[in-house]
Amino acid sequence: MNEAPLLSVRDLHKTFVHGGGPLKGGTRVAAVNGVSFDLMPGATLALVGESGSGKSTTARLVLRLLAPDRGTIHLDGRDWLALPPRELNRLRREVGVVFQDPATSLNPRMTVEEIVAEPLDIHRLAAGRARRERVAALLEAVGLPLSAMGKTPREFSGGQRQRIAIARALATEPRLVVLDEPVSALDVSIRAQVVNLLRDLQRTTPSRPAYLFIGHDLGLVRAIADEVAVLYLGRIVEAGPTAEVFARPRHPYTALLIASEPRGTPPQEGERPARLRAPGEPPSPADPPSGCAFHPRCPSAQAVCRDGTPREESEEGTRRRVSCFFPLGGA
Amino acid sequence: MSAPPGESLLSVRHLAVTFPLPSGEEARVVDGISFDVAPGEIVALVGESGCGKSVTALALLDLVPPPGRILSGEVLFEGRDLLSAPEREKERARGGGIGLVFQEPGAALDPVRTIGSELVDVLRRHRGLSRREARGAALEWLRRVSLPDPARRFDDLPHRMSGGMRQRAMVALALAGGPRLLVADEPTTALDVTIQAQILDLLRDLRRDLGLAIVLITHDLGVVAETADRALVMYAGEIVESARVSDLFARPSHPYTRGLLASRPGEDGRLRAMPGSVPEPGRRPVGCAFEPRCPEAFGRCRAARPTLRPVPDTAVEAACFLHDEGGAA
Repeated sequence: MNEAPLLSVRDLHKTFVHGGGPLKGGTRVAAVNGVSFDLMPGATLALVGESGSGKSTTARLVLRLLAPDRGTIHLDGRDWLALPPRELNRLRREVGVVFQDPATSLNPRMTVEEIVAEPLDIHRLAAGRARRERVAALLEAVGLPLSAMGKTPREFSGGQRQRIAIARALATEPRLVVLDEPVSALDVSIRAQVVNLLRDLQRTTPSRPAYLFIGHDLGLVRAIADEVAVLYLGRIVEAGPTAEVFARPRHPYTALLIASEPRGTPPQEGERPARLRAPGEPPSPADPPSGCAFHPRCPSAQAVCRDGTPREESEEGTRRRVSCFFPLGGA
Repeated sequence: MSAPPGESLLSVRHLAVTFPLPSGEEARVVDGISFDVAPGEIVALVGESGCGKSVTALALLDLVPPPGRILSGEVLFEGRDLLSAPEREKERARGGGIGLVFQEPGAALDPVRTIGSELVDVLRRHRGLSRREARGAALEWLRRVSLPDPARRFDDLPHRMSGGMRQRAMVALALAGGPRLLVADEPTTALDVTIQAQILDLLRDLRRDLGLAIVLITHDLGVVAETADRALVMYAGEIVESARVSDLFARPSHPYTRGLLASRPGEDGRLRAMPGSVPEPGRRPVGCAFEPRCPEAFGRCRAARPTLRPVPDTAVEAACFLHDEGGAA
């Protein structure tokens, strides 16, 4: 693949300080601890992990809702963190976002037309009749009737509100859309509608947006993402093409996540095979274990895992990488 | 599929619950459902938001919050109707014969009481233990649910524990009264997936070791497949299918069940979406509630309401005209 990445993140760090003043020194929580990845134009990368893995903080750093302590983010080859304000504003239209809860991310006082057109107004992309036609086209693309324009978000169901949020995210024809748990708040049958819509829109939107999908449901990740990065306590422990990572996980934590996912079919009569389980819970990011952060729960852990941090290894000839002293599936 | 009355631990008959709408009308959020739970059986009530599954859980203990109210029906627990029982008997059943576990243990546990003192209370009230005996038994329960470091956690307030630990504490609390039935309302929905797997293992172990029956309320078909013996699929306040879990997944009989199963991401990553959404409360269609979304609906589905009936040549019950003799003809 010779194409240049659309989004390139290198060695991103973000530490929060909780409690105590700046002088008293509160608890330091390293939420994102050296995250690097590339996202190719038009592709979908999923960041998966459990609470405290740093996946949502990473999304916020990419959106520049937070400033990192260290690291770089390049968007379309430009230093996204060091752009002069005018260029930054121009580049912002290349980035859309959909949050988990449309009930709180859409302004309840604005009409759907105002909500969807706001990015067009901010970037002065359309006015008057062109603006109205653009909103109408967006609503049609996300499967909402034109009569939605004059209504407010509360007049819609959760799934319909998420369609409004998607129309808004796509208004400026962005090349990157950050999807932060976009269907986690929705019912199963509605979830499928919205995921299918997102997949269709990626193909039919002229800007062919790349998706950075933040999620915890491995089944959905399988459905939507070309590539996946698994996070544990602020670090990517494994990454690669989704189908390969799921078929042949190399990090013991990835294997645990897959084994913990309900299988989706009941076991045969009388059979309840032993499943891979890890004792304990993910440790607090405020008090991470030494060495590899997963070692206290890891079935393959040895002394070296407690003492040293594993280096990330890339698998030759593939796009897979894993940070583990004893990766699964042999050396 | 209902167990003969003599063998049922719990027998729900024609239960209906209503909530008032802003218009003044009453919406039937649970619309005359009947089901049985045998001792030691895990029965899942599964459905999407608003299907009535959580209200059903509350109604089992006559805990429907006002302005909702139980319109009619019976909840026979060990042969006695709890809904018409005197308040004292209901109190004894809650936490005694029937334990309750909620989705958010953080909201269900008293924030200013240690988990140990809550447990001691339950053990004294429902088991008649002395304070000293209750303390020993409480520690034993914390161990039984694999709460890490139970002696230290005994004196912890809920907010000092993680979500997974709180849910273990909640399960200990629900079991300490010695129930024969545990009602668990979305017990793992707020938990991370590796912790969810641990809690589901725990529930299955408790059923095996204590012979506990469990009514598991969930929206997650994956959880149903992993955990339950039998499933009742709810839609718009009604049970539309009742089946052993193996039958439900291998040969779903109701088009809604089929749609739910197809909405899940499969190995190939494809999702088949169901069109439309559940009817709003009070806007239930005259015929089958699923008819507007059903790919197989025919004339009769708009005109009449199907009731839950055995599907010929199966051990399954479904509320669908497709299974009537010459139904679709």
